[in-house]
This record gives sequence, structure tokens and C-alpha cells, in this order.
Amino acid sequence: MFRTLLLNLVRAVGVLLVVSFATYCLMFSDGIGIARAVLGPTATDTQVAARAAELGLTRPLYEQYFSWLAGAVRGDLGSSFLTGQPVTDAMANRAPVTLSLIILTIILTAVISVILGVTAALYGGWVDKLVQFIAVLGAAVPGFIIAIALIFAFAISIPLYPATGYIRITDDPQGWLWSLTLPVTALLIGTIANAASQFRGSVSDALSQDYVRTLRSRGISERAIVFRHVLRNAAGPGLIVLSLTTLGLLGGALFIESVFALPGVGQLANLSAQAGDVPMVMGTVIFAMILILVVNFLADLFVGILNPKSRIK
Amino acid sequence: MTIDQHELDPAADGTAAITGERVRRSPLRSLLANPFASVSIAFLFLIVFIAITTPWLAPFSPNATDLAATNAAPFTDGHFFGADASGRDILSRLMWGTQQTIIACLLVLGVSLVLGLTFGLLAGFYRGKFETVVNFVSDVIMSLPGIVLLIALYALTGPNIPVAMAVFGVIVAPSFYRLVRSVVISVRSELYIDAAKVVGLSDARIIGRHVLSAVRAPVIVQSSFVLATAVAILAGVDFLGLGDPSAPSWGRVLQEAFNNLYTNPANVIWPSILISLTILSFVLLGNALRDTLQASNRSAVLKGARRRSLMMSAQDERVAGVNDLTPAQDVILSIRNLRIGYPTSADDVRPVVHGVDLDVRKGEIHGLVGESGSGKSQLAFSTLGILPREAVVLGGSVFFEGRDLLADKMRMRRARGRGIAYVPQEPMSNLDPSFTIGAQLIYGLRASTGVSKAQARRELLDLLTRVGIQDAERVMSLYPHEISGGMAQRVLICGAVATKPHLIVADEPTTALDVTVQADVLELLRELSRERGMAMIIVTHNLGVVADICDTVSVMKDGRIIESNDVDSLFAAPHDQYTKDLLVSSRTVELKEADDE
Amino acid sequence: MSENLLEIKDLVVRYGGRRGGKTVIEDVSLNLRAGETVSLVGESGSGKTTIGRAILGLAPVTGGTIRFRDQEISNISRQRRRQVARDIQVIFQDPYSSLNPSMTIESILVEPLRAAGVSEGKTRVRELLDAVGMPGDSGSRYPREFSGGQRQRIAIARALAMDPAVIVCDEPTSALDVTTQARVLTLLRDLQKDTGVAYLFISHDLGVVHAISDRIAVLRGGRIVEIGDAHQVATAPQHPYTRQLQMSAPIADPPRQRARRAERLRILAADRLEGTETA
Repeated sequence: MFRTLLLNLVRAVGVLLVVSFATYCLMFSDGIGIARAVLGPTATDTQVAARAAELGLTRPLYEQYFSWLAGAVRGDLGSSFLTGQPVTDAMANRAPVTLSLIILTIILTAVISVILGVTAALYGGWVDKLVQFIAVLGAAVPGFIIAIALIFAFAISIPLYPATGYIRITDDPQGWLWSLTLPVTALLIGTIANAASQFRGSVSDALSQDYVRTLRSRGISERAIVFRHVLRNAAGPGLIVLSLTTLGLLGGALFIESVFALPGVGQLANLSAQAGDVPMVMGTVIFAMILILVVNFLADLFVGILNPKSRIK
Repeated sequence: MTIDQHELDPAADGTAAITGERVRRSPLRSLLANPFASVSIAFLFLIVFIAITTPWLAPFSPNATDLAATNAAPFTDGHFFGADASGRDILSRLMWGTQQTIIACLLVLGVSLVLGLTFGLLAGFYRGKFETVVNFVSDVIMSLPGIVLLIALYALTGPNIPVAMAVFGVIVAPSFYRLVRSVVISVRSELYIDAAKVVGLSDARIIGRHVLSAVRAPVIVQSSFVLATAVAILAGVDFLGLGDPSAPSWGRVLQEAFNNLYTNPANVIWPSILISLTILSFVLLGNALRDTLQASNRSAVLKGARRRSLMMSAQDERVAGVNDLTPAQDVILSIRNLRIGYPTSADDVRPVVHGVDLDVRKGEIHGLVGESGSGKSQLAFSTLGILPREAVVLGGSVFFEGRDLLADKMRMRRARGRGIAYVPQEPMSNLDPSFTIGAQLIYGLRASTGVSKAQARRELLDLLTRVGIQDAERVMSLYPHEISGGMAQRVLICGAVATKPHLIVADEPTTALDVTVQADVLELLRELSRERGMAMIIVTHNLGVVADICDTVSVMKDGRIIESNDVDSLFAAPHDQYTKDLLVSSRTVELKEADDE
Repeated sequence: MSENLLEIKDLVVRYGGRRGGKTVIEDVSLNLRAGETVSLVGESGSGKTTIGRAILGLAPVTGGTIRFRDQEISNISRQRRRQVARDIQVIFQDPYSSLNPSMTIESILVEPLRAAGVSEGKTRVRELLDAVGMPGDSGSRYPREFSGGQRQRIAIARALAMDPAVIVCDEPTSALDVTTQARVLTLLRDLQKDTGVAYLFISHDLGVVHAISDRIAVLRGGRIVEIGDAHQVATAPQHPYTRQLQMSAPIADPPRQRARRAERLRILAADRLEGTETA
């Protein structure tokens, strides 16, 4: 199993390299255009050319990439073309916001979806209807529209929560939670919609296996069958659903950060892209790729631990 | 040659008999019968209609500003949805944005469908190295931060929605690819593909005639969901301000309204509703399509209230003593007037077992023989209360050692394992793949007897050896996928016998096994029954198995026991015509001996 | 009997790469003459199905030759296979999976005709349905409307469409109920009488094989352990494995089955004794 894990990891790092190379080449392909975007529409052609040379944008692309990569492995992702702020610093400032949002959401998603999904699969009835309803609702209403509705309802009409802004957990834990309540709720509806119905599916799959009938025939209580056998076998597919949900949250966070003006990586990506600040955009892409790599690795690890077939040789 | 009515009746075939015939309608008609689907389709047609006719129908041009109408409330001055902060008519802007939405959707769908379908068909059909490469590419695309890349793209191309949507098409293409590939792979192993190859059809013809038709339905369903995603992503990208600022779009209207939320909150409502309703239509349509196209795979489910009332009347009958038993001394199991049904719709139940009586004496091996769909397995399951979820016991009783198990859930639970044990047909799928053989055997034994772990382990090791497993110690530490089918069946028999039950219900215990292994397993069952004085019900379709192991036999047909006798008498002098036919058929296909001719 | 229609010589089938590959068939030689039925009998993993698939071009032939009317037919192009297809046809075990559920019976039956460029179509479909005892109006219906036995009749009709010289019957009755099984076997025998087709009949069931074959080959682990006249192999086998198969199949006659059982146990005990002596 460790061999497979290691292999997956090597593969993921390879993908990271290829994707970073491709993204870099694409984004830095138009050096003059970048310099013009940095200087603004009033700059003359000579000014632009000089700035492009100064930023190193006139070198061959592969050379630029390798010097960027050489810096990247040392933790230096370059600096913003606009503000001169090191990209790594910006990431360090903004990552906690995005990670708070994602981690909080995924934990709540896991807890709520498991409860809803398992209950729906086992007992059916109104919980099942509820799960189906949430699934349709969550799929139909995009996160940013839910966010706007939440702001309208709980920040403007009834001012319970702040409409925008972020408070660091180190400054004020309660304020932190307060500032994240609406953003997390906006994300949750979509994630629960998907995860709960998927969990419901994997639990009913596990429940309809032949061995469940045999276990029943042995006089084992329904509770023991569910907790010991059904959940155990539904856990693998469930974990994969959660890891996919986490990856989906990367995109969701981007919209939500923009709506709630949270100073996270997603917001940075959006602002930098619109301003033409290419090194920053590159930094956010790398951040996202590394997050994906970590999540996939963890998912592989836990699924591997759960599955006896991968455990032995 | 003649074909009798029995074979011409599709219900003679097991599954049809249980699930009942279904009325077939054209897929489109049953789709439209679903109110969600028809409303969704109507709404989507409306959207398309608006997109086409906007240049003529829109009350205003999208960027016409009317300072007098700034932040006008809905329904004023010909502004049905009001006007925005620059005095532009919201209804008109949304109408003009429709066209762009539809073009973007078609672009996403077109790109992803062409890529996913082509590569999915080729990779699934030819497999090999090509598949490995495409799989890898697809995995890489799936592990990309799609939306982040879409935004990064903006830094390169500026506001260019068609390019962004085409790229998004590439990003979602793996969802089609994986779907198509998996369908093709499963179709590829179908024998009708082999048959087409044997006939000499070219690959292109096979893909065109056989594979595409299987792929069609799931692709249509998936398309609907991809379109829903496309609408959401387009609106999102525009909402972030990455679209063309001069072109009206749903997302941009929403963004402008959102920026103006404090002064004029009403304006966010229209674009929000429009975007959500469009996505909702695609989602509902997708769900309805899935239900329609896959309807034949699902069995009907009975309404809760109807189910409860049926169970109540069965229970009332038991309380009233309709099936009272005059127990014979040596009878261990008596089934009286048992009726079992399966739902054919939310309200209707079709009985598959019609009032069966059966007695099994202590220590007796009783064969329950019949063809598929005769109800023999249903009868066996009901003695343990392990009928499939959708099945309904319509009435009757199962007396085990004199007490009716169906009348009391707790009594049934206590009887399971310790009183009655079960040996299934398919050995591999009846072991939990996540636990070792030892873990599941020990857990099962302790659950019903409460002995200590060490004690359970000792007993099971002895028993495993007894059922013919050498090296029991090692086998206990193995997982189910590491042992053979024959050994798995021995393990299951061991698990059934371990709790020292008085009756074993074995459902086709040797059907999945090779004939030499079958002989060994039958031998084992016979010996265990003798040693422990256990009664057995053996459900089988094989009269040879009955002749080999059973003391008595009951013949089932169409949910009724038509004949029951001790095994020698029944085989020597069958009374019922069906039994005679069965015997004749069986003897024509079984092994004759040298002196037969 | 006439000369050999089908000649299999030293057939080897191996799956997987050069290393770690698995040899499924090893040095199997077998002949089939026109109008006769030869059966391959064995348990799961014996390779009986693979031999059938190799003849049909569905399994890779690693070594040896398969000749039909003196022409090599292993590893040939799909074009040449189309010519061979006129003469070698197949009936599969599972009548559910062998008919495309989304095609009407008529289009299923027309398919082989089309592939061969024959265009008589509808009249031929009628004839075929009639030959296998299916109602003439079945053509416009779908496979799911028929029972297992009826579907197997349709599969037989498809195999007959081109008037083949050989039909490979891969466990054609295993998925059927016993009464249906008997009827399908009768149909196969009647068709052979009428058309003179030869069958390569594959089964795990010595009894079924005995009922239909002229000769029987017993397979174990990819090799033929015994081959000979059907009656002799089924009733007086020479090889101990065949004997085991013979004694293991239960028969629907309690007193005689008791005798057979005792005999089987005696043989097993004797084998075990012999085993300990040689060990």
C-alpha cells in the first residue's frame, strides 16, 4: 500500500510540475502585454519595453520558468508586479482565511451529511425527502446567490452578522466565528446537497449487499449491522465524496470570498487576474494545486487503510 | 416440436414473475407525464424563445440609460423589473443576456461532449495503452483547480467569455469521458458484442449499432447536469466581473445589483431568480430523465400507509388465531397459510407465495424444489425474517418450536442464529469484504451466544477443521477475497452451525459451486445434520441434489406447494403432472449409467 | 463420417505479458467432423470456454493452429473473419446478455445477414423464427419481453441465420430451468438432424453433455485429460478425474444416488490411501 501511495505522490508532484509549467508559459507568454497592463494605458511603447526587460519578461519562457521554479522550491514565488509584495507573504497572509473557510465547511459538511445521508438510507420517510429536496435546491442555487440572500436576510434586514470582512482567530475567536458564519453557511448548502445524497447512496448500496442478509440471519442486531458493517463499507466511497467536495470548495470559496469581501486567496486570485498581476495569479494557482495534492494524498491514505485488498501486498 | 404455454409466458421467467409486467410507454411520453420535467422543458423553451426574439421583443436596448428611471422600482414607467443605478431597464438587460447564456451553454456542452464521447468510446472499446494515457490526462484535468485556472486565464485573454467557456468545456469533459468509458467497458463485456464480432461486424459498426445506443441515455442525463453547471459557472464568472463589461449578462446584472444592495435591494431578486430557475430546470430535467431512462431497473415501492395496513391485517389474522397450530410431537418448523407479495406500484401488491403450509420434523432434511420464480427462496427467507425490504408478508405464520415467529419481532430475532441459521447461495458476496474470516465468525458467534472471545475462537477453530478446512488458524486471518468459493461456502456453513441451531435454512447452497465441490459440500451438510440432529431446509432447483441429500421433499410451482412426500415415494411415484414433467426433464439431462440404455 | 471440418492442433492460449502471464490452454488438439457433436466438459477454470472463444476469434491464440476446411482461422483479420462467420457461429450461455436489449428481435436476426451482404431480410427472419419454434410475430418485439428459454431460441435462430457448418454452443442451457433445458437440447438435436450442422458443445455438466454428444473431451487445468466416445467417457471413464466428475453429479433417483454416493466415497478413500502410500 505504501508503494501505491508513494507512486501516487510522485505522480502528483509530476502533475504539479507539468501544470505549473503550462500555466506559467501561458500566462507569461505575452511579456509586453503584461508590462503594459502593469504600467497602464498611458505608458509609451518604449516605457513598456523597458519595464518588460526590467521584469525579466523578455527572456525565453523556459528560462523564466526555471528561475521561477528555482525560487519556488526555496519558498520564493517572486513578487507582485504592482505592489512589489512577495507572493509568498501574500499567500501566508491570505491562506488562513481560505483554509478556515474550507476546513470549517468540510467538517460541518461531513457531520451533517453523514447524519442526514445515513438516516435517509436507513429510515427513508421525511428525512429521505428532505435530503432529496436539499440535493435539488443545493444544485440549483449557486453559492454566490445563496450568499447574497444570506447577506440580505441576516446582515441587512436583520443585522445579526457582519455582511463583509474577516476577523483573525488570534485576534478574537468569537469574532472569527461570527465573521465566517454566513460565508460557511452559503457554502454548506451546496456541499451538503451533494454529499448527503451521495452518502445516502453509498449506505443503501452497502445495505443491499448479500452479506447484510446473512448477518441478519445470524441474529446480529440491526444497530450492530449498521454501525459495524454497513458504515464500515460505506466509509470508503464516503471519504472520496468528501475529498471531492473539498476540492470543489476551492472554487466555491473564490466566489464566496468575493461576495463577503474576505481577504482570502480566492479574492486575491480574482483581483490579481483583473489587475494583470501575473506572479500573484501564478501563486494562487500553485496554492490551489498544493491543496489538491494534500487532499488527494490524505484521501488515498485513508481509503487505503480502509480497504483490506490494498492493505495486503 | 411444441412449445407449451409455460415457456411462452414471460412471467415464467423468475424476475418477471416477481416484479410484475410493466406497461411500456415511449420514454418521451413518460417524461412529459412527470410534472417537474414538463414544467422544466416549458421554461427552457421559453428561455430559448426569449433568446431568439429579444431584438424584436425587448422593451429597451440593453445599454439605454434613462436617468429619470434610476433605481426605479419594479412595474414603474414600463420598467417591469425596475431599472438599475444607471437607469437601465433590468428586464431588457436580462433578455439581452439570455442569448449569451445559451451560446455559452452550447459551447460548454459541445466541447465537453465531443471530447468526452470520442475519447470515452475509443478508450472504453480498445482499452490498452491508449486508455491508460487518456485516463491519466483525464485524472490530471480532474485534479486541476478548474475555476482558479479559469480566472488565471483572464490575466492572459482579458474578458473573453467564449474562450473561457470552451476552456470550461475541457475542464468538465472528464465527467463525460469517465461516464462513457465505464458504460462502454461494461457493454463491451456483454455477450451481444461478442456475438456481433463473431458475425463479422466491423468495429465502427459495432460501436455505432451496439455501443452508442447503450451510451445514449446516460449521456443525455449527464448533458442536462453539465448544462446546469455551465449556467452557474457563466453567471459566476460574469458576477466576478470577468465578462465583457459592455455586454449585458445575467451575472453582470446581478453584480451591479449586488453592488447597489444597500440602496436598492429588490434588484438582486430578478437575476437571482432567473439564474436559479434556469439551473433548477436543467437539474429537474436531468433527474426526470434519469428516472425515466432507468425506470426499468427499479422495483416498485409500496406506500408506507398501505404497507402498514397490510402488515396490520396479517397480524390481526394471527391474533384471531386463523392459523392456529395443532402441533405434532416431532415437528420443529410449521409454516401455515403463508402469503408473500411484492409491490407492483405504490398501491398494489402482487402475491408470489399463495398460502403455503409446510412442516419440517426434527433432524429431517427437507428439500424445497422448484424452478425460478416458484417462490421457494421467498419461503425460505420468510422463516428467518430476511425477505428483501420491499417484500410484504400478507398473512400466515411461521411456527418454530411451537411459537409463531412472525407474530413477534423479538421472538424472530432470538430465533435467528441460535434457533435457525442460514446458508446462502453465493458464498463470496455473503462475507463482509472488510473483515477477516476470523473476525466475522467470532463476532457472529458472540453476538448470539455471548461466549468469551477466546472460547469462541477455540470453538470456531475446531469447527473450521470439522468442515474440512485445513490450517484453520491461517484461514481465520485471511480476508474473503483471499479464499476460493468452495472454501468460502465452508466458512459460511461453519458460521451457520457454530451457534448450534436446531434448523438450517440453505438457499441453493451448492448452485454456485463446481460439481465436485458440490458433492463435498452436500456430504458435509448431511454429516453435520446427522451429528447434531439438525433439521435442514434445502432450497434447490436440482432434483439430483434432492435425491442425494433430502429425506422429504416439497415441490413448489407458482407460489404454491403442489406436492410433498418422503423422497423415495415422491421420486418413485409422483402424483402431480408438474412433478412428473420435472422428473422427466431432469432425467433427460442428467448423467445416465452404462446399464440405462 | 466425413473428414474433419475443424482441426485444432496443439492450441495454446496465454493471457498477459511474457512474464507473469497465465497459460489458460496448453497443447489442446481436437477435431470436429461435419454433422457431429463434440463436447468439452470441465469445471470452472478448466479452459473449456476459452477454447470456444479461440475458435471464434474472441481469445488470442498464442500457439498451435485452428484450421477450418483446411484453412487457418486463428489470428485472421476481421475481413476474413467475416467470411468464416458464415460457417462458424455461436450460442452463448447467458441469453440475457447475448441479445442487445435495445434492438428488436428482427434487427438482431437481420444483423448477421447484413454483415454478410445478404438482403433477403424479412422472409428469412420468419423462417428462422419458425425453425426455432417462436411465433412469427416476435420480430417486432424486444428481448426483455421474452423468457430465458425463448431468448435462447432467438440466439439459436441468430446462429442459424447463415446456415453455418459449425456452431459453438457455450453452456447454452446452464442458465435455464430444467424443463426449459430439456426443450432447448431437443431443439438443438432436431436442428442438427435437419441441417447437418456440427456442434462444439461446451458444458460443466457431464449429464447434459452425454445427452447430446457423439464424443466428449474432458478438460482440467487447460489440458484434455480424456477424450473418446460420449457413451464411454460418460459411463465408463478411464481417467480418475473424469470418474470423479461422473460420481459427483447427483441423479434424480434416490436409491441409485445412494449407491453412487457410497461409490464416490469409496473411490475418494481409495485415492487418499493411494496418495499416502505414494507420498
